Amino acid sequence: MQRSTARREGSPFTGLGPVFMKEFSDHLSSARMMVLMLFVIAFGALTVAPSLTELRNVTESDTFLFLRIFTSASSRVPFSFTAALGFTIPLLAIGLGFDSVNGEFNRRTLSRVLSQPIYRDALLLGKFLGALATLAVALVALWLIVLGAGLLLLGIPPRGVEVARGVAFLAVAIAYGGVWLAASMLFSVIFRSTATSALCALGVWLFFLIVWPLIVPAVVLAFASPDMLSGRASIDETLAFIQFQSFLDRLSPNTLFGEAVIGLLNPETRTLGPIIQSQMYGAIMGAPLPFGQSLLLIWPQITGLIAGMIVVFAAAYIIFQREEVRA
Amino acid sequence: MTDNVIEARGLLKLYGAQRAVDAIDLDIRRGEIFGLLGPNGAGKTTTILMMLGLTEISGGSVEVLGFNPVRQPLEVKRRVGYLPDAVGFYDHLTARENLVYTARLLAIPRSQIGRRIMEALESVQLADVVDRRVSTYSRGMRQRLGIAEIVMKKAEIAILDEPTSGLDPHATFELLEMIRGLKRMGVAVLLSSHLLDRVQSVCDRVALFNKGRIALMGTVVELANQVLGAGHPILVEASGIDIAAALRGIEGVQKVMPEGEGAWRVVADRDVRAAAAQRIVSAGGALTRLADLQPSLEEVYTRYFEEARHAA
Repeated sequence: MQRSTARREGSPFTGLGPVFMKEFSDHLSSARMMVLMLFVIAFGALTVAPSLTELRNVTESDTFLFLRIFTSASSRVPFSFTAALGFTIPLLAIGLGFDSVNGEFNRRTLSRVLSQPIYRDALLLGKFLGALATLAVALVALWLIVLGAGLLLLGIPPRGVEVARGVAFLAVAIAYGGVWLAASMLFSVIFRSTATSALCALGVWLFFLIVWPLIVPAVVLAFASPDMLSGRASIDETLAFIQFQSFLDRLSPNTLFGEAVIGLLNPETRTLGPIIQSQMYGAIMGAPLPFGQSLLLIWPQITGLIAGMIVVFAAAYIIFQREEVRA
Repeated sequence: MTDNVIEARGLLKLYGAQRAVDAIDLDIRRGEIFGLLGPNGAGKTTTILMMLGLTEISGGSVEVLGFNPVRQPLEVKRRVGYLPDAVGFYDHLTARENLVYTARLLAIPRSQIGRRIMEALESVQLADVVDRRVSTYSRGMRQRLGIAEIVMKKAEIAILDEPTSGLDPHATFELLEMIRGLKRMGVAVLLSSHLLDRVQSVCDRVALFNKGRIALMGTVVELANQVLGAGHPILVEASGIDIAAALRGIEGVQKVMPEGEGAWRVVADRDVRAAAAQRIVSAGGALTRLADLQPSLEEVYTRYFEEARHAA
């Protein structure tokens, strides 16, 4: 066949810049982005405002007071700012990506754009990076608003290490958004109808948000030995059991994001898995880890998120390369 | 050095076991308007997409301006303008913004972009609505904007897929005028259509597609001779004498067939209009109409597919 000998010429990134710039400016000026941003800010304010008013009344000394803005849930609103983000980032990402390819197809612009001297690679990657940049801008803006509100209301500046942890948290949040963005773009490549791709992306999101946490214990129990169920299992067996459960849990990007956030914003976190008595020997309870150690702790989670983003994007890329452009 | 801008040899496209394009040979010459005709699903659009490297080729070869669209799609797409069937633009952007995006993709130097866009829009008479959103454009204006894109690109070949479908007669007329304008600029134009009478008026050569094959190829007159038989048909309307007998007596006349009340269709091997008029008038008949029946592509097309159906 001809295909085996055919090696195409020219850089796959020809035209990446213009596609990126167009997508970026389209997103930033679109009404959809306004709505999504309002939604995200509303959720952020809802969670940050009560925790800020409560933190103002904290009298005991806390070296990581600033990070508590992100993680503390007040008595009035039962979830924290990071939990709200874990919920709204996927929505934002899906909103940006669900019609990126099939929207072009339906507007009949796809074949016209592809008849310009660019490869499909540049189009898909440009769209992904444009939406990711939009997401990043939105999250940075939100992060700065929260930081500013914290400065004003708490009246103390954050320490350097707190800022460093905050920036790392921002990076994790963007990677988490990237996974969902890639997923929604995958559906926009697979389905010709934008409504279908939006529904599928939202369905997957709801699945990981609600169904997956319910399924995992059930699946794990099904694999459990009788010893395990009656509580007579050895330590090794119990450990293997728990590890199996966390392995399944961590297939969900939500879990990875949640764990990475805990590790970064709660410096006291020493482990994300089970810990046995002997490992606690010599540890000072409640003492924070240095930033580097916290980063090391959640490194697998960060890698997992980025790897997930790349794998899903690659799937979208492969399908898009094989798709017929004709109507 | 050949003067062909597109050369296809045994070009093949398979969708599963179905042969969408079945080993066609096709040459498009520099500066001509070439029409791809045929019913929907005959393989016209697939052929076009293969030439642009937008769909994979299952077999055979095609060269566009000396480049292979499979291996060098960027070189091909840099030099070829494509107006897809029912072209779409970004509705939320103005005509200028749409063309600026294309110009950036084409890597046209920034200092030239503004001038080239305005020149292109002037050539399709859209210069006065350049800053209106494309969502306010009519279908004909969108097609013209598509032509403007090709002009801005300074393409050597323009490939237009069903450019006149869905246009009103006036818009069609304007669009065909612009296609002729492309030819005057030295652009080779390849257009596909099923609107035959319109295409007939602009095409230098046509190819008739049927089930993935090129059934016929050549100028309209050549095709007519091939399908309808050689000859020079005229229509005569007259009364008063035995017209049929009078017409049969003219030298060169092969056939006289009645065509409705007081009308005859005459097939001759040359133009016999002058002789027929003289004969009828001198015999005392009243000649009311004498028309040259140009072979119409429509007729060729209809007749060909009728015969193809009968043969099947």
